[in-house]
Amino acid sequence: MSMIVVKNLTKKFGDVTAVDDLSFQVGEGEIFGLLGPNGAGKTTTIRMLCCLISKTSGEAKIAGYEVGNDADSLAIKKMIGLVPDNVGLYEELSAYENLDYFGKLYECKEPERKESMEYFLKMLDLWDKRNQSVGDFSKGMKQKVAIARALIHNPKLLFLDEPTANLDPESSRVVRDFILQLKKEGKTIFLNTHNLDEAQIICDRIGILKTKLLTVNTPEQLEKSIWGSKTVIQLAEINDSILVAVRNLQPKNLSIEDNQLILDVTDPRKENPDFVQAIVSAGGRIQFVTELNPGLEETYIKVVSETK
Amino acid sequence: MRFSKAWTVATKDFKIFTKKKSILYSIIGFEIFVSIGFPLIILFVSRKPGGLAAIPTVINSLSFWFVMGTCILPVGIASYSLVGEKVQKSLEPLLATPTTDDEILSGKAIAAFIPAMVAVYIGAALYMFFVDAFTVSKLTYLYYPNGSIAILMLLLAPLVCILSIGFNVLVSSRSNDIRAAQQLGTMIILPFAAVYVLSEINVLPLTTTNLLIMSAALLIIDLIVFYIVKATFQSEEILTKWR
Repeated sequence: MSMIVVKNLTKKFGDVTAVDDLSFQVGEGEIFGLLGPNGAGKTTTIRMLCCLISKTSGEAKIAGYEVGNDADSLAIKKMIGLVPDNVGLYEELSAYENLDYFGKLYECKEPERKESMEYFLKMLDLWDKRNQSVGDFSKGMKQKVAIARALIHNPKLLFLDEPTANLDPESSRVVRDFILQLKKEGKTIFLNTHNLDEAQIICDRIGILKTKLLTVNTPEQLEKSIWGSKTVIQLAEINDSILVAVRNLQPKNLSIEDNQLILDVTDPRKENPDFVQAIVSAGGRIQFVTELNPGLEETYIKVVSETK
Repeated sequence: MRFSKAWTVATKDFKIFTKKKSILYSIIGFEIFVSIGFPLIILFVSRKPGGLAAIPTVINSLSFWFVMGTCILPVGIASYSLVGEKVQKSLEPLLATPTTDDEILSGKAIAAFIPAMVAVYIGAALYMFFVDAFTVSKLTYLYYPNGSIAILMLLLAPLVCILSIGFNVLVSSRSNDIRAAQQLGTMIILPFAAVYVLSEINVLPLTTTNLLIMSAALLIIDLIVFYIVKATFQSEEILTKWR
């Protein structure tokens, strides 16, 4: 079942189109990452889906409820949690008071609220500091409180807008592990991020947005769809008989670098053994065979730069 | 609109105000000024030769300061309440909760209205008590309570307080700095200061009729400001246009 269904969603601010004709779906329990440069429309997309701003045209549904329909807005807000790009905590209040306030606004009954606050504050290692003013917290601790705030009412769907921006590597890892833990608990997560490594590690699927949605796929398939599969064969030495044997198999885009043969393959599982056999038969000594991964960063830059 | 939601928003603001010394000091300062300072002025006037005739005029003119109080006290509270949320960027997560814009706005208004009105009423009660205590022997009757103070405190003061809150919400929507918002917000006192001066020079005496006319005019202005504020306090407006 799809938790989020978006069809031709568009948002214009006056003459400026912030989000153009966006269509995608996010399944229940999935982590969906939205990548894109600054001003690509990521935050606008989240704000529309969270019923914070109106859409100009198109459709969006959250768990069957229609975004933009006033009657459905409160139902949507009850089932979602939002961690905005700025934590937005009340610095004069303690972590406990911040969570308690939002628990009340999310209409959690007192016993459930207290239980939930204790659970998250302990899980995020903040229980001992629960009565300290949030203003005294580090960025990482504030981010943890913001995540706990978004989860206080046990939402089905969590929107995270750059949750690890400005965090040190250790805090980023804690947040990332926590997101993966939430996935195990069955939560659907919609993540905006600039951090490509993070997206690659935690996202089931990734969309690249630059006002328009340029592509959506799993991180692996995204790389393959952009670059294709490349096989690298490292040899002890390359000679003419080896090259003749390889060329007889008509490889695509064969290149030679430092005793390495790099070639495009459509199906590595079927084609790689043929190349290996041909090289060995020609007297070649193979040191290793590997797949060339350009990485998500290269893929992202290629996709985004091609739309300029 | 659910009052419980508005009350939740208001109680959170009350909690923050108790930690903000500037807000507490402004309320305490006002209390001391009106409840002790004003009766002492009246005591001083009553002891002057020929002061007896001037007592009712002085009492009436000082009582208008309670209207000024309901105008000025919400400035610090309302501007902190809204600009504080803007500075801390806490409006987005707040708007993402199942709470309507009207409930949040009402909560903010309650948070500014209650402390201001409570402070003014306590100040007025003490003022009336001391004025009566200091003047009863000279006047031979208790000056308070009377019809004018009832209209002033029960009609004019709340209406002025509501206007001040509305004006400060509008000012706060265009400001990113709490002090700048407070400075601009205090401008709301100018028309009431003008009324005070006109009453002092007897151009607009604070008679019961004049106070009722002023209240009616304020009610109309309050309604106009309310609709402007309501249009300004929309989540889309707040997230995309409030800077």
